[in-house]
Amino acid sequence: MSDKKDITLTVNGRDHNVAVDPRWTLADVIRDHCGQTGTHLGCEHGICGACTVLVDDTPVRSCLMFGVQADGKKIRTVEGLANGDEYHPLQKAFMENHALQCGYCTPGFLMLATGILEAQPDISDDDLNEVLSSNLCRCTGYANIIKAVRAARDEMKAAS
Amino acid sequence: MATATNRMLGHLGDSVERLEDPPLVTGKGRFVGDINFPDQLHMRIVRSDHAHGKIKSVDTSAAEAVPGVVAVWTTTDIDDVPPIDFREGSDPTLALFRQYALARELVRYVGDPVAAVFAEDPYTAEDAAELVTINIEPLPVLINADDDPQDFKGKATTEAAVVEQGYGDIDETFASAYKVVEVDVKVSRHTGVPMECRGAIGRYDEARDVLEMYGAAKVPHRNRDTLCRMLNRPASGMHLFEGHTGGGFGIRGELYPEDVLVCVAAMRLRRPVKWIEDRQEHLMAANHSRQQRHIIRAAVAEDGEVVGLDDELYLDQGGYIRTHGTRVANMTTGTLPGPYRFPVYRSICHFRLTNKTPAATYRSPGRCESTFVRERLMDAVAVAMDMDPIAVRRRNLISLEEMPYGRALDVLGDSVEHDPGDYAGLLDQGLAQIGWDDLQKQLAERRANGEMVGAGISMFFEKSGLGPSDGAKIFIDNSGFIEVVTGGASIGQGFETAMAQIAAEDLGTDYRRIRVVHGQTNRIDYGVGAHASRATVLTGTAVSLTAQAVRAKALDMAAELLQTTADTLTITDGVVHSKDNPTGPSLTLGEIAEALMPTSKLLGGREPYLKGEEWFHIDHQTYPYGHHIAVVKVDPDTGGVEIEKYFIAYDIGRSINPMMIEGQLVGGLAQGVGGALFEEFTYSEAGDPQAVTFADYLMPTLKETPDPEILLTEDFPSIRTPLGIKGAGEAGITGAAGAIASAIDNAIGIPGAVTETPVSPQRLKKILSEHGK
Repeated sequence: MSDKKDITLTVNGRDHNVAVDPRWTLADVIRDHCGQTGTHLGCEHGICGACTVLVDDTPVRSCLMFGVQADGKKIRTVEGLANGDEYHPLQKAFMENHALQCGYCTPGFLMLATGILEAQPDISDDDLNEVLSSNLCRCTGYANIIKAVRAARDEMKAAS
Repeated sequence: MATATNRMLGHLGDSVERLEDPPLVTGKGRFVGDINFPDQLHMRIVRSDHAHGKIKSVDTSAAEAVPGVVAVWTTTDIDDVPPIDFREGSDPTLALFRQYALARELVRYVGDPVAAVFAEDPYTAEDAAELVTINIEPLPVLINADDDPQDFKGKATTEAAVVEQGYGDIDETFASAYKVVEVDVKVSRHTGVPMECRGAIGRYDEARDVLEMYGAAKVPHRNRDTLCRMLNRPASGMHLFEGHTGGGFGIRGELYPEDVLVCVAAMRLRRPVKWIEDRQEHLMAANHSRQQRHIIRAAVAEDGEVVGLDDELYLDQGGYIRTHGTRVANMTTGTLPGPYRFPVYRSICHFRLTNKTPAATYRSPGRCESTFVRERLMDAVAVAMDMDPIAVRRRNLISLEEMPYGRALDVLGDSVEHDPGDYAGLLDQGLAQIGWDDLQKQLAERRANGEMVGAGISMFFEKSGLGPSDGAKIFIDNSGFIEVVTGGASIGQGFETAMAQIAAEDLGTDYRRIRVVHGQTNRIDYGVGAHASRATVLTGTAVSLTAQAVRAKALDMAAELLQTTADTLTITDGVVHSKDNPTGPSLTLGEIAEALMPTSKLLGGREPYLKGEEWFHIDHQTYPYGHHIAVVKVDPDTGGVEIEKYFIAYDIGRSINPMMIEGQLVGGLAQGVGGALFEEFTYSEAGDPQAVTFADYLMPTLKETPDPEILLTEDFPSIRTPLGIKGAGEAGITGAAGAIASAIDNAIGIPGAVTETPVSPQRLKKILSEHGK
């Protein structure tokens, strides 16, 4: 196998020094070597979006990026969303609006929505639908996911 | 039961937030991929790339030479492991068609497991798997179940079974019919496709001689029993553990070759063995479903009554018969008449193997297919008789006065007996709510202006709560915390919340004070799992009966301690007190539990502990019912279908948590839309699967999925369950393809145009061009 390379990933504010094979995906590094299993793999070919994380605040499909490419970058995953015991408005909205059933795609939707609401706090309903249609959910039929993200957007806007 | 004045949060009928959610929104779920054991090996399956052939040789030497590879197995390494047996027990007539964990002599579909590589890490296992070479002598490939059957191992043909159900004299009825209407209708091959791929971890605890499997789902107890039978182990030495499950839909959690392999390998290699499926594997190895062709005739009387129904169907089972045996054939032929009377009926199912991925159940198995077929036929009858499609349906619906309505049909060993329900009444409510007559006018105007818009309806009855029995245990500790132990399973549907709400009702506590255990075979002897919309109906009723028994025990003990009688007491928020004097002397459930400890001097002649175990036995399934209405717009240039409006009416009997029921209906509909418009496993003539990525197997995104209007009624609680509960897991999908097909016919102005799902843009463009549109 190929030689390992030492990298540093900052995951949810904590530095992880990992010796990685260049072919390891970012998702595998986060899950298997940083111990953060909240990021899920749904297809490993960049379509379902379950593995979405924020890399330097931008939503990224962590199955399509190699761990070495994230060296020195700031990664945010679902484990870092809540502030201690206080839920992020999106987490709260997902629970209140029954926007999850099995919960497998949920971390990907939460991180996608976090990225977009931070970048565009005033995003319109239509544009939000456009963005959210890039991830797949098999349980909810999406209606409650839309409601939850809109509710979180409105709450985050009111709080800012 | 708790009265209105002392309701705590989370009783029956409350749309409370789910107990399941906090770990799932914070990344603390424990899905199978998240579970690891020290020293574990990783398994990778080498799969056949031929659809049908003789295995001449398998060369594993190059794979075995890879550093980090511990073993490579072919079928000869496990020749003492029998083929995977049927969930309901052995069936000699079907035994020949079962699948071995690793293919023996023949491969029968692309994806058939041929070898298993065990290595120190998953990357190494996958690298080594690519070095295994399989030499296969190709055999003729059978793709279509309606082509002539072929030889099967020199001992049978690929027509593994013919399943026939019916009643009455078909020949005479059709000979004397006013009119005979026939349609030839196909349902495509598609399936559940949960967002989490499958996974399993086998672990053998040599010290205790216990074999464990993690990653179980759906039916852990049934799979434990099958594994014990196959591996010759006692039930006490084999345990299955369900963690979080990323969607079930009928296909996840059945016993598959990979599950057997990790268990056998854990014992023989003496290390934990982990297997996580990738998506490409999933789409060619996990159960497919649905593919059927029906040629169906209706004998119609002059007034539109369908006096006879005669159906012949070809079910494409794929390469082997898996754990379900012929259950889909049974459910299809047993539920095809749906909500209509149909006094004479026959359905003959040719249950045939092909050289494709094995098929089994997917959410609403049999009903989804038969509802599409039947509702296509009802539309055709309406056209042939020049009647309104609603009027034809109304003419044939079973009336409330005829309920409960029995038929000489079998569904999973249960003779069909419709629960009382007002099918026509719900239809009236639904049509009124959606404004059907005005809608027709608006659509006619828009069509006159050149738009291709239309509406369609599909009626159905569902089945739920398959028996015969389930039990539950409840234990309250001396802190007052409550544990409900069930043999149910959680596949994302909100099982824990529903069970906690049911238990809370009688235990007089907040539902958040209750821990619900499921899917752990070492915690309870028996369990029905989560399938056939039975969890809430069957397990929920067992939980309710157990909670009542524990409540009675708590009140009995409290009555002695408070020097009163039990009938004067009630429980509010975990505190037992006088009904008349809520602020008077009281005891917490924890204090009562303490008084019932084995060493307690207050125990008297009672059984120790504040706990109970009760069983619920059901004599018939429950049969909820409803209808779907779709309004669609067709783009003649692209062949695309836009669902403008969608409506679901459903009688649930009694709601536990309406929010979760609606979630089931909306989510089921999304899958129904997928099956109706997008999802299809296509194959080349050589049997190569053409949809093995999400780029080819198209599931609806948010943009293609309607947000339906829902009419959820509780007009007819089931007479089969004390709480009146009927199931909710499948009704969102059952009517979808029928309603959408009907709406498309209406939109393009070509009656009977849609005869096949999915109505892809290609298929719809072809229909339009054939009709000069």
